[in-house]
Amino acid sequence: MALSTKHLLGIKDLTTEDIQLILSTAGQFKEVLQRPVKKVPTLRDVTIVNLFYENSTRTRISFELAERRLSADTVNFTVSNSSAAKGETLLDTVNNILSMKVDMVVMRHSASGAPHYLAKHIDAAIINAGDGINEHPTQALLDAFSMQEKLGKLAGLKVAIIGDIMHSRVALSNIYLLKKMGAEVMVSGPPTLIPKYLQEAMDISVEYNIDKALAWCDVANVLRIQLERQNQPLFSSLREYNLAYGITKNRLNKLNKEILIMHPGPINRGVELDSEVADSGQSIILDQVENGVAVRMACLYLLTGRTNPA
Amino acid sequence: MTLISEQQLPSIIKRLAHQILETYPGLTNAVIVGLQPRGVYLSDRIVAALHQELSADQIQYGKLDITFYRDDIRRELHLATQTDLPFSIEGKTVILIDDVLFTGRTIRAALDALLAFGRPSKVALCVLVDRKPSRELPIQPDFTGKEMVDISPYKVKVRWKENDGVDDVILLDQ
Repeated sequence: MALSTKHLLGIKDLTTEDIQLILSTAGQFKEVLQRPVKKVPTLRDVTIVNLFYENSTRTRISFELAERRLSADTVNFTVSNSSAAKGETLLDTVNNILSMKVDMVVMRHSASGAPHYLAKHIDAAIINAGDGINEHPTQALLDAFSMQEKLGKLAGLKVAIIGDIMHSRVALSNIYLLKKMGAEVMVSGPPTLIPKYLQEAMDISVEYNIDKALAWCDVANVLRIQLERQNQPLFSSLREYNLAYGITKNRLNKLNKEILIMHPGPINRGVELDSEVADSGQSIILDQVENGVAVRMACLYLLTGRTNPA
Repeated sequence: MTLISEQQLPSIIKRLAHQILETYPGLTNAVIVGLQPRGVYLSDRIVAALHQELSADQIQYGKLDITFYRDDIRRELHLATQTDLPFSIEGKTVILIDDVLFTGRTIRAALDALLAFGRPSKVALCVLVDRKPSRELPIQPDFTGKEMVDISPYKVKVRWKENDGVDDVILLDQ
């Protein structure tokens, strides 16, 4: 059994079997990460370049750690101190790197579709570490792994994705994944931050009233307000956003159940999520970060198994 | 062709368990580790035989998956199974158990995997079938069910009731 795809460009392209395989392999790697020696020699002689055209802390460190735990050789590329800043095209940059014998490219780019374009033109396996407002597949996989770990299943789970859906690749990847795995999905937030035809296109429900969304769900995946992607005002102020849509202790206390709180980070504390909630026992935000390394190890491992012998 | 019949297998397993006890009386400071996936069928049986002789608290039994330590990932993708070592191996004697010892590469990987959990004082190896002439690495078993002379064109298949419906060892044409 192997993945049905050579690249990991988006959850959209994965089968439910692919997703199950990645999640179960991630479980084995999570056990590896509890050992006294956390490093395995699995990807000895595999070279991976981390190509980050956009800022990232968590995802980049998580991928780097995953690569090192697997004993891969890694090269890091950030656009600010590279030739891309001198005007080199994406394809030229990547072809130059690949001519130095690189097996895999982990790539983040602010343009949606950038890794898909690259996949058409190069041989190396590509992992999308986030492209524009399209997809962030490893985030959705680690979210699913964390939910499954805490609640024992994905099928039948009620997941509310809350906040800036419009600009969120995390939201889109999560919707694809959760639908494929049989969960129920609701999105909630201000109407200006929810794409108009999302409900019909993705077969999900939309709820503009945050308290109703919280009352409905088992899991609330709270997204970051992405101020850097908004070139027009979509809500009046951060304070008003917090009052109308922020997840506060007060809102959660009104529920007659304890829901799971997730956030892909970085958190705008006091905007979409109050500190009291983010640091509470029902928040699994740090579990998500921990699981990210195991999930990315699984993706790297399963994709390497598909590269040809050197 | 049958190498070990259903009638012979229980006495071989009993003998292996007794040989292990003869060398490590009471399993003092010794632990049993079965290799996933197929070595575990044998280690389950040997541990069951050890339970006839020892009390439950004298037996420490774990399972080790070596997938991430293999040297052939680019040739073939193997899927990992569960590793479960619920005890420390530091300073202990580890008795590794696998069904067939062939090239020795699996045991090489198992030794690497084991060292990620600590530093055992000694590692011993117990196998059901030893295909001695096919070895590619200098690795030898300490306890052997049956040693084979040259059978190079054949594949050894160990079948277990739990998985294959029958208990025996047969030779298959490749």
